Amino acid sequence: MNLVVREAFRTFKRAPLLSALSVTTIAFSLFVLGLFGLVVVNLQDALRRVEERVEIVAYLLPGTPIEPVTIGLKDIEAFPEVQAATYVSEDQALARARAELVEFRDVLRELERNPLPASVEVKLKPGFRDTEHVSAVAERLLGFGFVDDVRFGRDWIEKLDRLRQLAGAVAIVVGVAFAVVAVIIIGTTIRMTVLQRSREIAIMRLVGATDGFIRRPFLLQGALKGLLGGTVAIALSFAAYAVVDRYLEIHATFFSYEQAAVIIGFGALIGLIGSATSVGRHLRRV
Amino acid sequence: MIKFTNVFKAFPKGGLALKDVSFHIAKGEFAFLTGHSGAGKSTVLKLIYADERPTSGEVRVSGHGITDMRPRDVPLLRRRLGIVFQDFRLLEDRTAEENVGFALEVTAARQSTIAARVMRVLTQVGLAAKAQAYPRELSGGEQQRVAIARALVNEPTVFLADEPTGNLDERATRGVFQLLRDINASGTAVVMATHDLDLVRQAPYRVIELQEGALVYDSAVDEPRDQAAAP
Ligand SMILES: Nc1ncnc2c1ncn2[C@@H]1O[C@H](COP(=O)(O)OP(=O)(O)O)[C@@H](O)[C@H]1O
Ligand SMILES: [Mg+2]
Repeated sequence: MNLVVREAFRTFKRAPLLSALSVTTIAFSLFVLGLFGLVVVNLQDALRRVEERVEIVAYLLPGTPIEPVTIGLKDIEAFPEVQAATYVSEDQALARARAELVEFRDVLRELERNPLPASVEVKLKPGFRDTEHVSAVAERLLGFGFVDDVRFGRDWIEKLDRLRQLAGAVAIVVGVAFAVVAVIIIGTTIRMTVLQRSREIAIMRLVGATDGFIRRPFLLQGALKGLLGGTVAIALSFAAYAVVDRYLEIHATFFSYEQAAVIIGFGALIGLIGSATSVGRHLRRV
Repeated sequence: MIKFTNVFKAFPKGGLALKDVSFHIAKGEFAFLTGHSGAGKSTVLKLIYADERPTSGEVRVSGHGITDMRPRDVPLLRRRLGIVFQDFRLLEDRTAEENVGFALEVTAARQSTIAARVMRVLTQVGLAAKAQAYPRELSGGEQQRVAIARALVNEPTVFLADEPTGNLDERATRGVFQLLRDINASGTAVVMATHDLDLVRQAPYRVIELQEGALVYDSAVDEPRDQAAAP
């Protein structure tokens, strides 16, 4: 093992320029990938914030006593999709209308009778805030005897659905394209490292080194470069994020620790796989 | 020890490099492989260390068939051979000591024994004092001695040398040749490809001569002949 580590580090010592080039290439490839990742993460965040406004309102029949509603509320909250269900009485509805609809303040003040019905406002858990689940829950709410009518913004929830699907598809297609380009570029720099050491590989074979023995330092070296490149890419992404966050004041989100770890791990993995395939191909050829 | 039986070797591009070559080199023997450039000497050696496979016929080296040897058995074969070349093939960024030690590390030799074994072979080739020198700091003759030390460190039963004196002046040539004779004297079979007929005449060793891929003379089988008449 000790020998593998020593031989892996020998590459850095022996070809510092080429090693620096590999690390830089990996770093910039992953940086581009990282920037795209940041856009995706922030887009998801924005979508999530919009999603939070998805709500189903069940209007109650006029004159519904409070007791059956309280029991119904418990049932509704027990739905697997439901995050919270809140009862809004007729008076509360009127008070809210007065506060929110300033233009109609006079009209509302002169009313002799409160025309607004009591309602139950239902919020769904994340992951259920789409047309299919919202419709299903609305359907079930209609089954309660005290519910008169159910409203939810079907149109804009459908739009949200489509936006979400589009964003997901774009993220996957562009993300995979970026990742493939990164893998190709990184693979090329690693192949240069292997070619640069082809004489050494030939000599190792001559004195009876097994392919596994030859391969191991390359794998370690490739993984280390990937790890280093990934870390630099995260640092660059953070710098870019900090600049945007500071000067554009758009309160962007950065990667979570897990996401950052995935990107660095991806770098290490590309380094490892790139080395494995380059060395493997070289060993098979000669 | 080394047995060629009706060996043919054709390269994808280029014609027949070896045509129906048969010979047997015994344990502990010293054999010269002679012939003009392109005669097939290097090809014979490559077949022995399994760098190439025969197109037809059989090559056996210490009981192993080269023709159908599994790729993963090749390194094991090579560890029992010592090989040197005209161009030394040393690693430029390693000292003499490291170059020799490398051949031991490759075989997963115990780390604690490596230094002593390396010094022993470096002493044997007369380079103990230059153990810390890099190849570029050594003369051609000294570099070839390092290469010989590297080939010896695994205690081979067969020593292969492909024009080992091709790049050396007369004095270095004599020194290297003497080393090969010493190696042979200690019981190791030596196969040396060379076109230096002066060297061949100096020693009473077996001579196998190739011409355009065909074995045209084998001193172990054919009548002795006047070396000067050789083509
Ligand atoms: N890898 C190869 N591909 C094609 N032809 C080759 C290859 N190696 C050797 N040859 C041919 O085989 C013949 C013998 O070559 P070689 O064994 O190197 O001769 P020598 O060592 O006696 O000079 C030559 O004609 C050479 O061109
Ligand atoms: Mg040759």
